[in-house]
Amino acid sequence: MIGFEYARADSVADALRQMAVSPGAKFVAGGTNLVDLMKMDVERPAKLIDVSKLPLDQVEEIAGGGLRIGALVANSDLAYHPLVEQRYPVLSRALLAGASQQLRNMASVGGNLLQRTRCPYFYDLVTPCNKREQGAGCSAVGGLNRMNAILGTSESCIAVHPSDMCVALAVLEATVRVTGPRGERVIALSDFHRLPGDTPQRDTNLEGDELITSVELPARGFAANYTYLKIRDRLSYAFALVSVAVGLELEGGTIKQARFALGGVAHKPWRNARAEAALQGRAPDEAAFAAAADLMLHEARGFGHNTFKIDLARRAIVRALSQAARGTPQSQSNKKIA
Amino acid sequence: MTDQKSAPPVTFTVNGARHALALDPRSTLLDVLRDHLDLTGTKKGCDQGQCGACTVLVDGRRVLSCLTLAVMKDGATITTVEGLAKDGTPHPLQQAFIDHDAFQCGYCTPGQLCSAVGLIAEGKATTADEIRELMSGNICRCGAYPNIVAAIQQAMGQS
Repeated sequence: MIGFEYARADSVADALRQMAVSPGAKFVAGGTNLVDLMKMDVERPAKLIDVSKLPLDQVEEIAGGGLRIGALVANSDLAYHPLVEQRYPVLSRALLAGASQQLRNMASVGGNLLQRTRCPYFYDLVTPCNKREQGAGCSAVGGLNRMNAILGTSESCIAVHPSDMCVALAVLEATVRVTGPRGERVIALSDFHRLPGDTPQRDTNLEGDELITSVELPARGFAANYTYLKIRDRLSYAFALVSVAVGLELEGGTIKQARFALGGVAHKPWRNARAEAALQGRAPDEAAFAAAADLMLHEARGFGHNTFKIDLARRAIVRALSQAARGTPQSQSNKKIA
Repeated sequence: MTDQKSAPPVTFTVNGARHALALDPRSTLLDVLRDHLDLTGTKKGCDQGQCGACTVLVDGRRVLSCLTLAVMKDGATITTVEGLAKDGTPHPLQQAFIDHDAFQCGYCTPGQLCSAVGLIAEGKATTADEIRELMSGNICRCGAYPNIVAAIQQAMGQS
């Protein structure tokens, strides 16, 4: 690990003040991803500003029936929060599908949003990676790419965003509240993560001197008809090959509103407005689900080792939409796929 | 160590003993426990958050000490496997691991024990499936999982 300075922040204003005078600094909270990357010398911050003790650890109801989740709420605390379990169960399930309980106890909500890819070439300092070093080249496109993206890729990068939580946040249409030297702003979850394009070194639209303070959920939580289905190489404690978060509103035997998002297939949680709109007004049957899956994967492209993900995603979408429509969400402990 | 940068001092309690330390900010809690405090019960497995061998309890919650920077734990109360037994009597989980032969080589056991103490405190697991899922962060390469689950079930019955 490269040496770095360390200082604690005692308020949000103090954190921003320290960042303003510390070029090359990073904020640290749970550290589960950042410390790992620092051990590998992939991340080399000159200074860590510890924000873990700031008072951003509350979950509170907000006007309009939504929920404000402090950026420092631990992933485990959020998963088991009564209001999340009752009103946003797809978020609870997605959180519990990610990592292990030890990591969920450490990891913050803000840090989960800022997770970096687990593409092996990103971690491997001796092979080129555009995300690590712009212009160096992508080793995954013609290399070992079984875990890599099939949607929204570019010639520069086929990395995927590894988060489960963010896939559920995409379905819930969350917003991210951030603050920085230019003031406070709110970023829609769908605009928070970027596609790689020719700037894959930038994962998100958060500026380096900005701090996430909270994530806000609108009132609609899809608590009756939802699922989080995660397909992976082992039953627990593994990143998704493909995951699907679903929220449906059913009325009189038809689908009134549908939201679904994929994880493990792109540089950001993947939604497709046409695929969702195609479900509107339809009976919740397999034909409708298959048509939505086809729209979702219309532009999917495999790179060899990961080409199987296209079929896997199609089947997972149909299965997940069926689970949600039936009101039988995937269990995160009994792994038999319902 | 070269390349060392400044950091404020850190004070925390480990197994009831208070320690005030001046550390290189790079020091992980795992390395501080093992190399500074001679508490070598906590094991270094993968050292990158994938095996659970380094699991300890910080303020009563199970965490991975290999991914924890020690300077960030100022004021914390830490329990390692050495702190589980009381007055020479094994913790009920330690006794249950013995009763069920819940190990072979034993390298993962300190992490399994601390993780299971955290699991029981959380109170979210009742069935064997739920125990397996919530213990999935602790890898046992000898494959003692059935006996580990049985030991945890026994200890849960006592608590």
